Amino acid sequence: MLNQLLSSLTDGLLLGFVYGVAAMGLTLIWGVMSVINLAHGPVIAMGMFGTYLLFTHLGVNPYLAMVPVAGAGLIAGLVIYIIAVHRVINAPHLSSLLATFAVNMIIIGVGTAVFSTSPQNIDYSLGSVEVGFLTFPASRLVGAFGAILVTACLYLFLYFTRPGKAIRAVANNRMAAELMGIPSSRVLALSFGLGTMMAAVAGGLIATFFPFTILSGGPYELKSFVICVLGGLGNPLGALVGGLLLGGLEGLIPTFMPVSWVPVVEFGLFVLVLLVRPSGLFGAK
Amino acid sequence: MKRFGVGFALVLSLSLILPSLAAPPGAAAAEKTVTIGFTASQTGKLNVEAIRQINGLHLWIEQVNGAGGIKLPDGTVIKFADKFYDDESKKERVQELYTKLINTDKADFLISPYSSGLTDASAVIAQQYNRIMITAGAASDSTYKKGYTLVYQAYTPASRYLTGAVDILEKLDPKSKKIAIIHENDKFATDVVKDLRKYAEEKGYKVVLFEGYDGATADFAPFINKIPADVDAIMGGGHFADTTTLARQIYEKKINTRMIALLVAPPEPKFAELGDACISVIGSSQWEPLAHFTQESAKKEGIAWFGPTGEEFIKAYKAKFKEDPSYHSAGGYVAGMILQDAIQKAGSIDTAKVKEALDAMDSMTFYGRLKFATGPKDHGLQVGHEMVYIQWNKDKQGKFVKQVVWPAAGATASPFVCPAR
Repeated sequence: MLNQLLSSLTDGLLLGFVYGVAAMGLTLIWGVMSVINLAHGPVIAMGMFGTYLLFTHLGVNPYLAMVPVAGAGLIAGLVIYIIAVHRVINAPHLSSLLATFAVNMIIIGVGTAVFSTSPQNIDYSLGSVEVGFLTFPASRLVGAFGAILVTACLYLFLYFTRPGKAIRAVANNRMAAELMGIPSSRVLALSFGLGTMMAAVAGGLIATFFPFTILSGGPYELKSFVICVLGGLGNPLGALVGGLLLGGLEGLIPTFMPVSWVPVVEFGLFVLVLLVRPSGLFGAK
Repeated sequence: MKRFGVGFALVLSLSLILPSLAAPPGAAAAEKTVTIGFTASQTGKLNVEAIRQINGLHLWIEQVNGAGGIKLPDGTVIKFADKFYDDESKKERVQELYTKLINTDKADFLISPYSSGLTDASAVIAQQYNRIMITAGAASDSTYKKGYTLVYQAYTPASRYLTGAVDILEKLDPKSKKIAIIHENDKFATDVVKDLRKYAEEKGYKVVLFEGYDGATADFAPFINKIPADVDAIMGGGHFADTTTLARQIYEKKINTRMIALLVAPPEPKFAELGDACISVIGSSQWEPLAHFTQESAKKEGIAWFGPTGEEFIKAYKAKFKEDPSYHSAGGYVAGMILQDAIQKAGSIDTAKVKEALDAMDSMTFYGRLKFATGPKDHGLQVGHEMVYIQWNKDKQGKFVKQVVWPAAGATASPFVCPAR
């Protein structure tokens, strides 16, 4: 029983790091511009396919492929922002929600036409790692390291660079930031780009563990919402902790009950946190 | 004017008389094209199996038309044309598309989509619109126990799909006691494992894990972590995509067990792409190229032989599609053959007459025996065909190969226990 518990917990936590990266993208966009990005899932799937295409067609190592995938994610985010989000940024939340939902449908439609909904797989194995009685695929360990690296880079960017500080200033008080001469439109576009970049990288990492289709981003988008609520909307570090919490729960729950109960408990917790602490476990009071 | 009238009458008379002199009676209806309608999961999670199935069916259409079609006693030559749509592996698309196939495309006969779930959704439409449907890739028993009278199954039913794996385990390791069953919670796999569990428990095995997963599952770690360390066999799976991922993750987690027997995916040649993870995995198959059903074996059993030999089918399939056929390919081909055999025996394409011929059918083919239940409780259920079991291994050249390991009479190699991981 203990073996099973620890094995499940390890698997869950390693996956939780990657969930955290996906959720960080969502929470960054919400925190800076109060936009609920419903195109988050398809962007995760785009990250999966970007890594897959670079690996299968150009022979690029899937982990190195994360660099161009991140770049493409950033550019895709900027384009989505300029075309679909910028004009409705000051409109009621429903407008930006529908705008990003439209982008979601467009990406899924184009993706289905191009790639179909057949499962794809990155056939790149790093073998397994054995630590005592624990055995897990090495790709999950590398994925977790990748997630920590991405989080560290985001943290350094937000706290130690001028554009990063500008993002935080706009998130804190957009009007005050504008009065201080910060070009808020550019900062908002950059934030959206960074958010989608995180989603694309998370997608790339997930693609190294599991097979995927163009629709595979959906479940991770839902998990990102739960994580954002757990970690506090708008708090990137909270998202990572929330990701670990969710991953840990996904590991622990099946030890005590059928796996099909996992979403019931996850979303039950989601509602509970909203009831008890609407700003999230690590959000501001 | 009078001369013109006589000339006109002469021409008219000749035009009526000459054709009847030039051609024998009945030749006017020389050729009729029969439309075979079906949906195919060209995209979605069932695409690997479904594409092989339609490949098989297309080969049959090409061959039967190439051989001049089917000649009916009244002189009519029947040729076949297909009409199909991509159902995207989605149940909700199937009913809409089959209705369209019948009403808009005027399909005369239907072939099922791939998978029990999709077939179950389409069978009701076939029955409702009085069309005969031959099902391929649809093993679930329950579809044939709903009182349908026009739906005929080419596959061995799910209830007999994986029970042989328990017999293999018994032979491999008589001391084995514990079986873990992890299965897709769809109609087909659930039907299979329900009977598998019953059979295993009747034989004295303890089922230590019995849990279903959603077809879209990509992370099997929560299930694999629940497998007890002293398990003797892991059985289950569902369809190609999920079962392949399950096999890969069992290997990555270095689970030690005596035997792994999974549904659908192992017999597919593509399963070898798993590399070392495929070694020792056993799969039940509706048909294998190594299976040896011949005219002689049919004669010995007193059953009429129909269609090409296994070698002829394999050669033609390889020539057309540049790949080895799997049992899904054979299933698609045989679905067409069943229809051909029935139309020939009925001497007609009339639904009632073809149904009569199907009910009476007991034929041996390269795919095995084909005979349908005709009772009111399970009409159309396949009762003649049996499964074979394959196991993957690596040959001396390092190539992954599968061998038939069960039943013993048709085996090309002995089954072996999983190597320690």
